[in-house]
Amino acid sequence: MPIDWKQYRSEGFYDEIIGPRGGPRRSARHLARHLAQMDAAELTARQAAADLAITEMGITFTVYCDESGGAIDRAWPFDIIPRIIPESEWRRVEEGLKQRVTALNLFIDDLYHEQKVVRDGVFPEAVLKSSSNFRPQCVGVNPPYGVWAHICGSDLVRDADGTFYVLEDNLRVPSGVSYMLENRLVTKRVFPELFEDYAPLPVDDYPSQLFDTLATLSPRPADYPEVVVLTPGIYNSAYFEHAYLAQQMGCELVEGRDLFVDDDDCVYMRTVDGPARVDVIYRRVDDLFLDPEAFRPDSMLGVPGLLRAWKAGNVGLANAPGAGVADDKVVYSYVPELIRYYLDQDPVIPNVPTLRCMEPEVLKHVLTNLDTLVVKPANESGGYGMIVGPASTQKEREAFAVQLRKDPRNYIAQPTLRLSTVPTVVDSQVEPRHVDLRPFILSADRQYVTTGGLTRVALRRGSLVVNSSQGGGSKDTWIVPQGEE
Amino acid sequence: MLSRVAENIYWMARYVERAENTARVVMVNANLLLDLPRGVAPGWEPLIWITGSTELFEARYKSYGERQVVKFLLGDEDSACSIISYLRQARENARAIRDIIPRESWEQLNALVLGTRASLQQGLTKGGRYAYLKSVIHGCQGLTGMLAGTMNHDQGYHFLRIGRNLERADMTTRIIDVRSADLLPGESELRPFETIQWVSVLKSLTAYQMYRRSRQLRVTRPDVLRFLFQSDEFPRAVYHCMEAVEASIAPLPRSDSALRLIGRIKRQIQEADVGSLRQDDLHAYIDALQLIFGDLHGEIATTWFLPQAQVQTQSA
Repeated sequence: MPIDWKQYRSEGFYDEIIGPRGGPRRSARHLARHLAQMDAAELTARQAAADLAITEMGITFTVYCDESGGAIDRAWPFDIIPRIIPESEWRRVEEGLKQRVTALNLFIDDLYHEQKVVRDGVFPEAVLKSSSNFRPQCVGVNPPYGVWAHICGSDLVRDADGTFYVLEDNLRVPSGVSYMLENRLVTKRVFPELFEDYAPLPVDDYPSQLFDTLATLSPRPADYPEVVVLTPGIYNSAYFEHAYLAQQMGCELVEGRDLFVDDDDCVYMRTVDGPARVDVIYRRVDDLFLDPEAFRPDSMLGVPGLLRAWKAGNVGLANAPGAGVADDKVVYSYVPELIRYYLDQDPVIPNVPTLRCMEPEVLKHVLTNLDTLVVKPANESGGYGMIVGPASTQKEREAFAVQLRKDPRNYIAQPTLRLSTVPTVVDSQVEPRHVDLRPFILSADRQYVTTGGLTRVALRRGSLVVNSSQGGGSKDTWIVPQGEE
Repeated sequence: MLSRVAENIYWMARYVERAENTARVVMVNANLLLDLPRGVAPGWEPLIWITGSTELFEARYKSYGERQVVKFLLGDEDSACSIISYLRQARENARAIRDIIPRESWEQLNALVLGTRASLQQGLTKGGRYAYLKSVIHGCQGLTGMLAGTMNHDQGYHFLRIGRNLERADMTTRIIDVRSADLLPGESELRPFETIQWVSVLKSLTAYQMYRRSRQLRVTRPDVLRFLFQSDEFPRAVYHCMEAVEASIAPLPRSDSALRLIGRIKRQIQEADVGSLRQDDLHAYIDALQLIFGDLHGEIATTWFLPQAQVQTQSA
């Protein structure tokens, strides 16, 4: 039985493929027609082909490890139906992301220098004082171009009316871009005929853009600076991505033990030919583990003396240590003000309305409305430690309230968003599932935004949690040029 | 090339080679048992000696029955001596260098691990064993060929060849050591079966046909031993393996002392009169060779791999 779009309902949500009257949106007409020609068996066969491709290509993420078994890889869950966004709409989002990251970088640079934003009363000192990601070791450092967050991954969602909102900014070690690239390859393998109707804008220039961004941070002017990717190792959940990016950029993938800082305060890697100088490190190791001399002394992942080498200007680090100070959901709530303060512009993409639990009145309000709000810890990622009010039990809310009262500074609350949906293959049929979008923004001497980004999809019916560690999957994201809408 | 990467490539090659050799040994033993008369059959225990895992085996199984030994060598993930765990260790090493090896090779190795695991039950049945082992051997050979055909023949490739050939030389000596023990009681009417025994030794190494081509002799112990130790033409012969290791070490920086050691090993192989060694002497000779292979590994590790303090433990 072919897919019957009349049976498809996404009541109360903005569906990105099917419009409110049951017909496909303009940009998705070809896609909907094409899917309608497929019967359940074919749909299942295509999904199976995609799953096989993913298993064979070894596209995985690591869930956890035990001592004997090594890393446990789970195949990357992927849904074959692409998500379509018209280019005209995307250009606006792109502009908004660049604006946002520009303001965030000015903010970080300000915090590690004069802190004008605090003195001018735009950003409260109390929040800064209690920030767990402010690194006093970084005060006064001048990274090239004044840029601290060279790679930013911002999460976007659409609410019931289809408007894009920024949900959070990831400025520490955001991951997911490799899956964005791989998803396109898989779609090309399993849905080649769709590319005859659409020419989605390519995504595959990201690795070379990333390399160029990193290369500008080199302390030594050279045509081919030695750029390396620093990974915590094969047990890290994003190891696949670290290896993938190193390979795509033609860089060495190094671990902490491969590097050392010599008496000249320069960084070297141990090679078969002896020590070799390193110019730029794309580090995928968290700040606190980067350098046991400067941060956590028990870190086995870092390189002793790395911070010293960076401060001396002998090595480029991306993202700069300390950039995570802006990766705090309380800071997030101030971003619209920061954009106005630093750029004298109105934000192009709005924030999700956010309540700061550190304000006593707000805390009271949040506690009495826990059943309708989403409450998140300020400094966690991966969907850990949060509560989705409408989906929670009384018991969970009570337990959560205890945590919340203990440390209100560390929590923010947002209304439960009516996240947009996209048709997704479920048991040989298509059903609406909620999605978000993570584009990646590169900043150094200039800015670059990925074409689209990584669409994550909550595979469980009704679920709003899209994190892969929490049972989410992903979709290919197509930015489709005007003429084809 | 990073020292750690060189080390991962080297171990990946060794584990792939070890998996392949283990498959060969099991396959040939099964065939040999079918040819020998009842009561003479040496059973499955020697396979455990070959892999040097007697202690591990006895801790897990009570008898050296076919079922137990085959399970131990094919699919016991805890044993660290099974084909599956060798392939898994190869993949763990490959995972750490995914950026270095060509993507197709990674996919091939990954598919090999998944496939070998998925069809294990088939491999444990008598009827399915042959096809299973054959697919393991093909998979390993395919990977080796793919790497040769798609990877830059740079330093990394040299380490790949060093690992593979050192492992191969080591395994060849182990197979000879165990398989050359006199299977047959006394000077009896069973002499005709001695030929079968030596044919089986050759076949474990896919050497039978090549032996025929280069020796044109009947299969006798002295000739087989000379062929498997000293041939510079047969790729699984110990001498040939050492020449391959030498050729890959020569272009590396600071290779002097490793080359001197290989020179010594090669002399030891060429100058020994292996054909006339009786069993005890042969055993002692092989022991000495294995020790010196260990020295060669040590020399390679100190010269090019990460300093000891930086190395995670890795079983040899």
